Amino acid sequence: MNLTLKIWRQNGPDDKGGIHTYQVSGISQDMSFLEMLDVLNEQLNEKGEEPVAFDSDCREGICGMCSLMINGEAHGPEVTTTCQLHMRSFNDGDTITVEPWRAEPFPVIKDLVVDRSAFDRIIQSGGFISANTGSAPEANSVPAPRDKAMRAFNVATCIGCGACVAACPNGSASLFLGAKITHLGELPQGQPERWTRVVDMVGQHDHEGFGGCTNIGECAAACPKEIPLDVISQLNKDLRTALKNGH
Amino acid sequence: MAGSTLHDGLTPLNEPSVQKSDDAHGYYTLGEKVVDEAAPTGPIADRWTTRKFENRLVNPANRRKLDVIIVGTGLAGGAAAATLGEAGYNVKSFCYQDSPRRAHSIAAQGGINAAKNYKEDGDSTFRLFYDTVKGGDYRSRESNVYRLAEVSANIIDQCVAQGVPFARDYGGLLDNRSFGGVQVSRTFYARGQTGQQLLIGAYQAMERQVAAGTVESFTRHEMLELIVVDDGAGPRARGIIARDMVTGEIETHLADVVVLATGGYGNVFFLSTNAMGSNVTAAWRAHRKGAYMANPCYTQIHPTCIPVSGDHQSKLTLMSESLRNDGRIWVPKKKEDCDKDPRDIPEEDRDYYLERIYPSFGNLVPRDIASRQAKNMCDEGRGVGPLVGDFRRGVYLDLGDAIKRLGKDAIEEKYDNLLDMYERITGENPYEMPMRIYPAVHYVMGGLWVDYHLQSNIPGLFVSGEANFSDHGANRLGASALMQGLADGYFVLPNTIREYLADGPFEKIDESHPAVLEAKQNVEERITRFLSINGTRSADSYHKELGNIMWEYCGMERTEEGLRKAIDLIRELKADFWSNLKVLGSADTLNQSLEKAGRVADFIELGELMCIDALNRRESCGGHFRGESQTEDGEALRHDDEFAYVAAWEWGGDSLEGGQPVLHKEDLIYTAIEMKQRSYK
Repeated sequence: MNLTLKIWRQNGPDDKGGIHTYQVSGISQDMSFLEMLDVLNEQLNEKGEEPVAFDSDCREGICGMCSLMINGEAHGPEVTTTCQLHMRSFNDGDTITVEPWRAEPFPVIKDLVVDRSAFDRIIQSGGFISANTGSAPEANSVPAPRDKAMRAFNVATCIGCGACVAACPNGSASLFLGAKITHLGELPQGQPERWTRVVDMVGQHDHEGFGGCTNIGECAAACPKEIPLDVISQLNKDLRTALKNGH
Repeated sequence: MAGSTLHDGLTPLNEPSVQKSDDAHGYYTLGEKVVDEAAPTGPIADRWTTRKFENRLVNPANRRKLDVIIVGTGLAGGAAAATLGEAGYNVKSFCYQDSPRRAHSIAAQGGINAAKNYKEDGDSTFRLFYDTVKGGDYRSRESNVYRLAEVSANIIDQCVAQGVPFARDYGGLLDNRSFGGVQVSRTFYARGQTGQQLLIGAYQAMERQVAAGTVESFTRHEMLELIVVDDGAGPRARGIIARDMVTGEIETHLADVVVLATGGYGNVFFLSTNAMGSNVTAAWRAHRKGAYMANPCYTQIHPTCIPVSGDHQSKLTLMSESLRNDGRIWVPKKKEDCDKDPRDIPEEDRDYYLERIYPSFGNLVPRDIASRQAKNMCDEGRGVGPLVGDFRRGVYLDLGDAIKRLGKDAIEEKYDNLLDMYERITGENPYEMPMRIYPAVHYVMGGLWVDYHLQSNIPGLFVSGEANFSDHGANRLGASALMQGLADGYFVLPNTIREYLADGPFEKIDESHPAVLEAKQNVEERITRFLSINGTRSADSYHKELGNIMWEYCGMERTEEGLRKAIDLIRELKADFWSNLKVLGSADTLNQSLEKAGRVADFIELGELMCIDALNRRESCGGHFRGESQTEDGEALRHDDEFAYVAAWEWGGDSLEGGQPVLHKEDLIYTAIEMKQRSYK
């Protein structure tokens, strides 16, 4: 298939940036979206034009490194990561617009590459269970109810890609935050730090400049791992309980 | 030596090998044997406990004066950073990704082994040890593997305490499954995403230490050189040169000790199940500074991956091999049927070749055999799927019979995630059409040589996880990679590195030290060279060509003739690379083409060494299959009398300038397990 690509190019954090238009041809529908961009880059390299910078690593939908707003949707039209989106989701002759994640706490580094280190700092503020190596009790000494363990697992599948933020009109990271609060809060091992965790992580979230949640739900719709919206209810509930108890 | 006793009173069960056959003579020189000076002695079950006691301690007050560099943030690196941070050392952690959480450990699907014996099915530390040594085809070190089995149970305790959501049964206790052909259920799992959950556990533990100020995290940084300083007492690893991949700045980081936890080099084949960024550069730079590379040719090729669909392909995706429990593997009997809709090929025209050749094991033959036979079928021209070059590279894995027998719902419940992923990538519905699979590279057993302490032959350079060679011999068992990464990071390294650091802090050096300046200058000159060749070909195109050579001649089956040809081809490719490479952009911004060029340059040199290693080892063992060394049934044939050794290669200079690697052999002597020929009959 032949495609017209409108791609955001920005030479560095301080560059103004803009949309550039490219034509690519000979695209097979079996290619992933990123392989299609590989073809474009090989073509640009031959012409002496610098290739488009974009992030990707595992290319099997689990590392969370890839991003991209494709025709205005985070990770494009399917419920998956950009690396698992295939060209059969598009038609010959299509024009496709490709932009980086848009959110103030995710500044553009170059072209389609953004800085998501704010997510690491949110985890640093409390997204863990304090258990030094060597101090752990026998694994089966504390049973965890199966339904709670399953819920913990389901939300722990968050890959930290940032699609929830990119999709949210408020630029909120509440889904990311709620997933971690729910993962650790559902497990018996997560209880001792449960209340300080939610207060600290919400504080860091706000400090990074992410917006507030207004229950729009774009985040859950864009999430490639289908993290459910109710983790935000859990987040609010835990925060309310923590504040009420003076944390 | 067999029949006599070793100095600790144990009786060796084999004699040191004496090599008679050697195809690679002329490509290398033979050096002194290498000996693991840190090897423990005494009864095997006591060795690790004794060693932990013998290793010196570092006073907590002194730990914060000791700087530790850890490169890589997968299971081995992330776990080590967290643990050494908790202990109070001053840790600097480096990764090339934008966050430590992206490391490729995250993609492991199946599970993690541990000798907990929760099923009371006869598992034990010794059985896990035995299975791992046997699975490795008797090419690993007994002491290391025993220690791995011994700490496996602690790993599960640690991960559960961190909040890793392992699968549980209805009583809330941990569940297990069996894996990889062993007869006990010792694999802990979190659906098909065990690696992700373990990595996030290690990542969170590490980020907690970042907040505590003991770990400093450098993301989007790539190590480009090892700094080795001779302070009068011999050379020591004292730091790294890293490039800030955002600003392009070349940075010097100095420390008392350097740990490489940089993963495997499967991407030397271009197509593999590794991440796009997985590379050998950190390890290869250390190799060029004197660190030995051990058994580089040991590669594991996984039989059930989604086939290549065209020349554009950038990576391959694994499908858990559990599918072979219910799927029947076949190809058309007639070449002219290969492009037909498989549903139109009648039963009598299908060749269920594994069931035909191996009537007792059928579709459940071991990984290496399943892989090799798939290749044989395609080489005969009976492969299926799209033409890639002159061949169709795929075989059918057909769930049709199982769906008829068990019903669609039962298959969906068992394999739902996998089948969804398959449909997304191929666009074909596996409930209606037979799936197409083909083998792909996904793990390397070879890596930098380390002693029992995980220290390389360069003092102060430690290597952990897939980056070292130590625990899997010539073949790794399923669910053992996660076990080794976390064993090294949480429990082994923290207990061995203190013996080394007890002599520190070492002499203060600064950025003006001649060895530091030289290392930095080398990096800068190399970058300038990449940007100034100004030829016509992208680094990616060289990488693809290298991958084709490696896959063709150093892949599933290797022969003397093929390997000699491969070495010639790689040398030609190397010469062309350095004269015709084209890298656009500049060195002082994010430049992915430049990053790639450096990685490909190192892959080319590694590929050459892999072929030399494979050529020298004129036997088949584990993942290394030499066409000249097979039984009448086509099974791998080892030659313990000649090759029961670790091949540790020393860098001997660039082959284009007449350099040759130097081979140092480490004898493998067994005292607990007797070497036997593996049998699948």
